[in-house]
Amino acid sequence: MLLQTTIKRNAYYDSVTLMLISRDLQKLDGVDEVLVGMGTDLNLDLARDLNLATSDFDTLTSNDLFIAARFDDTQISMQAIEDSFNELLNKSSQSDDYEDHQPPTLRSALQQMPGANLVVVSVPGQYAAAEVEDALDSGLHVMLFSDNVPVEDELRLKQKAVEKGLLMMGPDCGTAIINGVPLCFGNAVRRGKIGVVGASGTGTQEVTVQVHKLGEGLSQVIGTGGRDLKEQIGGLMMIQGFEALIADPETEVIILISKPPAPSVAQKIYQIAKTSPKPVVIDFIGGDRDDIEAVGAIPCVSLEDAAQKAVAVIRKQPAVDFTGFTLPSDQIDRIVEEALAKLKDDQNELRALFTGGTLADEAMKLLGDRYEIYSNIPLSPEMAIENLQDGRGHICLDLGEDQFTRGRPHPMIDPQTRTDYFKSHVDERTGVILVDVVLGFGSYTDPAGAVADSVHEIRQRLSTHGKDVVVIASVCGTDLDNQDLYKSVATLEAEGVIVMPSNAQAVRLTDLLLQGMKGA
Amino acid sequence: MSVNDLFKQDLKVINMGLKSFHTDLKSQGVPAIHVNWKPKAGGKKKMLDLLSKINKSN
Repeated sequence: MLLQTTIKRNAYYDSVTLMLISRDLQKLDGVDEVLVGMGTDLNLDLARDLNLATSDFDTLTSNDLFIAARFDDTQISMQAIEDSFNELLNKSSQSDDYEDHQPPTLRSALQQMPGANLVVVSVPGQYAAAEVEDALDSGLHVMLFSDNVPVEDELRLKQKAVEKGLLMMGPDCGTAIINGVPLCFGNAVRRGKIGVVGASGTGTQEVTVQVHKLGEGLSQVIGTGGRDLKEQIGGLMMIQGFEALIADPETEVIILISKPPAPSVAQKIYQIAKTSPKPVVIDFIGGDRDDIEAVGAIPCVSLEDAAQKAVAVIRKQPAVDFTGFTLPSDQIDRIVEEALAKLKDDQNELRALFTGGTLADEAMKLLGDRYEIYSNIPLSPEMAIENLQDGRGHICLDLGEDQFTRGRPHPMIDPQTRTDYFKSHVDERTGVILVDVVLGFGSYTDPAGAVADSVHEIRQRLSTHGKDVVVIASVCGTDLDNQDLYKSVATLEAEGVIVMPSNAQAVRLTDLLLQGMKGA
Repeated sequence: MSVNDLFKQDLKVINMGLKSFHTDLKSQGVPAIHVNWKPKAGGKKKMLDLLSKINKSN
């Protein structure tokens, strides 16, 4: 094996592009391990952990690109790896519009596009605050996708944004739809009368998708970033967004989505809800419904329920809790019966493998404390995944969390992480697999196909033990998304996956199966 | 421009960071421009602090 590094000075490419290229280079014959990245501390640490560091690493800066590889030189050369890198880079750039001149700074971009009104920032977290500050000082609204932005910077930037009457959505804001335009990980949905302010990325996606599926549309969808409703930030952007939707003539109903806020922040939100001239539907996932009802707002039991209730209000129908299934109960009974008949007595464990963080969180909360579920986002500390003994027990993972994405793209962008977990975590004790399939801009081109391929492989593997498995999915996407909802559902169903109309219904069906399993 | 004024305008976006977000906007016909962003001063903290001081004093 040979260990070599190629360095390209002053050649900057974004992390997702380079991580996807690393993944493809890894598949080359003769390559044992390879990492392509910018010379950031994070990437250099990762290379050291992979035993890929060479002496010239000390000379790297964040502006230098490196290709570090350990390979069998009887099968492949460093030159061939570099050639493949160049080819993959060219391929990823082919969709770029080279007619556009790409200015080097925000200020030069503003000169090139006078009248620009929003900046999407997804540069590495440690550089993001300076760019956002520049944007706000230039009077621009901001969507800050980057994570790893210090909370003090977030507070300072949001205070500035509020002072100037601007949006500062983020940091770690995954989705927004402004004036009908989905940004970052947004779904293609029709425009309409329902406005959303969301502190939870895939939670907001699920709500907007469900509104679209019910035949209504969205006026504006404002993201806040996950920390906005914590004590330190005080809900600055949720309040800013909430007030803007109250003043917006296109918005008739407002949905607020977040994990339970800090009590002092919740009180501020409730005070605005109390005086809102427009109906307000609130899903503080797992939060207290009495407080919400006390201020005349509408509480929810799930993300889907939030969409259903907002649609009911628009249609002047009663907003009642939706805790069941779209399908009639006799059909659900039949699905459960047929599914349980596939399983042997010793198949009684759950494997819930999520790519969407809020969808995983919703699953954990809906299954509640009725089952002992080990997770990286556990409901109680003793159920942390590290405490799982011998791999035995129910498991629910949010595969988008940092511990799974070091040096790898988020599983919504690249399905490889989940594909690996299907292989390592599904065994002959597994009875039910529960997954989300998230479509939309930013997401992988065929997430349903990737799940279907894994399910096919699992079935083949289990069949050697004379076993099968039940797979339940929900697709967070619409007919207008590039990946196409109907095509995605058909792909999954062709592989025997039970596709439910929402995450909440997929979780409820999983619950029924767990109840019916022996020893679950 | 207030948030409610933004709601009345056509969106014109400056994208800084992941190129794919720009590609998605262009595919929707949204006016968008991609900044060929690089870490200032090679990402070196001392140089960045110095640059920030110079910018502020200007």
